[in-house]
Amino acid sequence: MTRSMSKPMQPMTMAQKILAAHADRPAVQVGELIDVRADMVLANDITAPLAIIEFAKLGVDRVFDQDRIALVPDHFAPNKDIKSAEQCKMMREFAKKYGIHNYFEVGRMGIEHALLPEQGLVLPGDVVVGADSHTCTYGAVGAFATGMGSTDIAVAMATGRAWMRVPATTRFVYSGTLQPWVGGKDLILHTIGLIGVEGARYQAMEFAGPAIDALSIDGRLTMANMAIEAGAKAGLFHVDATTEAYVKPRAQRAYQAYASDPHATYDRVIEIDASKIEPQISFPHLPSNARGLSQVGDVSIDQAVIGSCTNGRWSDLVQTAEVLRGRQVHPDVRCIIIPGTQAIYLRAVQEGLAQVFVEAGAVFSTPTCGPCLGGYMGVLAAGERCISTTNRNFLGRMGHVESEVYLAGPAIAAASAVLGRIGGPEEL
Amino acid sequence: MAISGRVWKYGDNIDTDAIVPARHLNISDPDQLAAHCMEDWDASFVSGVRPGDIIVAGSNFGCGSSREHAPVAIKASGISCVIAATFARIFFRNAINIGLPILECPEAAAAIEAGETVEVDLAAGTIRRVATGDVYQSTAYPPFMLDLINAGGLVEYTRRRLHAGQSDE
Ligand code: SF4
Repeated sequence: MTRSMSKPMQPMTMAQKILAAHADRPAVQVGELIDVRADMVLANDITAPLAIIEFAKLGVDRVFDQDRIALVPDHFAPNKDIKSAEQCKMMREFAKKYGIHNYFEVGRMGIEHALLPEQGLVLPGDVVVGADSHTCTYGAVGAFATGMGSTDIAVAMATGRAWMRVPATTRFVYSGTLQPWVGGKDLILHTIGLIGVEGARYQAMEFAGPAIDALSIDGRLTMANMAIEAGAKAGLFHVDATTEAYVKPRAQRAYQAYASDPHATYDRVIEIDASKIEPQISFPHLPSNARGLSQVGDVSIDQAVIGSCTNGRWSDLVQTAEVLRGRQVHPDVRCIIIPGTQAIYLRAVQEGLAQVFVEAGAVFSTPTCGPCLGGYMGVLAAGERCISTTNRNFLGRMGHVESEVYLAGPAIAAASAVLGRIGGPEEL
Repeated sequence: MAISGRVWKYGDNIDTDAIVPARHLNISDPDQLAAHCMEDWDASFVSGVRPGDIIVAGSNFGCGSSREHAPVAIKASGISCVIAATFARIFFRNAINIGLPILECPEAAAAIEAGETVEVDLAAGTIRRVATGDVYQSTAYPPFMLDLINAGGLVEYTRRRLHAGQSDE
């Protein structure tokens, strides 16, 4: 059958548009399996070694693009033991051998998902694939970014391509003005509490509405970071003036922003009155066990961790300092503060935040994932409880299987460190 | 390919920290990883698992991190197949990419009990309880994934494509 008139293009979501562009196609349908170009390929000291072993089996003698691979030793680095040292060494030697420019050595590195946006390596409209589940963080700047396994990344390092299924999108619309001490972390914990840990499985989450328009880039990075905790493939924000102000000065190449069409098809649209959300705490052992601060009750803590790819950014440290300034960490609590990158670390030193932390009796460390995944720098013993700004409170995530992790934003974590129990800055 | 094995049964949301605790992520060797498989969740697994055994679990199996160490450890511990009500996305692609057969089937996941024997026919996508004779049908793999599985995983599939047309194999 011939058509005399071309059919009008079907409206598409932002996720569809970015994927279509990277599959060199005018349009893609939800559920389709496609092969896409990647603008950036990422691995870390845990996932790169497996990827390097698989890469060797491919029988190629070069990577697809020396500028478009990022290797970051952040999980167990600075090396926590001999095995970690071997893994970092393997990654370092691979980076040298194949001339990978974006290898970030200890002393110049940061936690990957704090570092890559800061360095302008992930940009609006990009497809980013990373051997780390929190690769979805870059959706905050309008990139379609998703976590994969080491084998996928081995192939992507060789070919610059990856297979993907085009996801359906659920749109979350947040109205209203945020209450004091409520930020991106509280919005996302509340949302995951609402839909559950597989509430957006295989989907893209799109975050929109007046409360999102008003949210800082750091707050958006925190939200996109935890899309995976609802099972999502990506968490996307539209590119606006806030994004441009962040991206423009640091972008290392040209980029193109994509926006969802007004009549794009969504799997669901969920409306949330953000003005009703109080600071959120997720109880063990799932991020979806979120409760408002008023519903927490008396929960004493042994440790507070402020940092990670979720909340180790500049504004998180500023908020932490606001709470800790002139106060003392509770005598029964270890408070561990970890900046996301060297740049944030330096600024914290220059602007006096480091002094506030140390005077309050907190640890202030070089960037690392450290305790977030129970690696080192704050592993928990049996029966210990930690409030943490990280993203996972799974059984045994931060240490002993009989330890407990409660997830929260930096203001709550800092206030709890002072109180010795979970509480907010208003109680100080 | 026919698979038959004894069942290890688990619930919902078995995450990658349960499958391989992060403290062991400084290991890449499959057999060493298998020695820690499920250890925090089920201390009897490592000593009790026999080659060919099958894991049956609830929804969202393999949620959490992107660590390929999880399906690698399961495969190296001798597990022949994982059946779950649903799988987390990254675990699903990792398992396919490394050649660990997995089947999504909520009905089978709900019915099958620990310790019983089940037979799986991957090509047909069927799951059979030997004791009762009940047969469950799981969704078939799309053709692209079958190609990938038949090639033995993503690396071999890609290697063949990269070297297609060259005669130096
Ligand atoms: S900070 Fe935690 S969640 Fe983020 S990349 Fe590191 S280990 Fe993963």
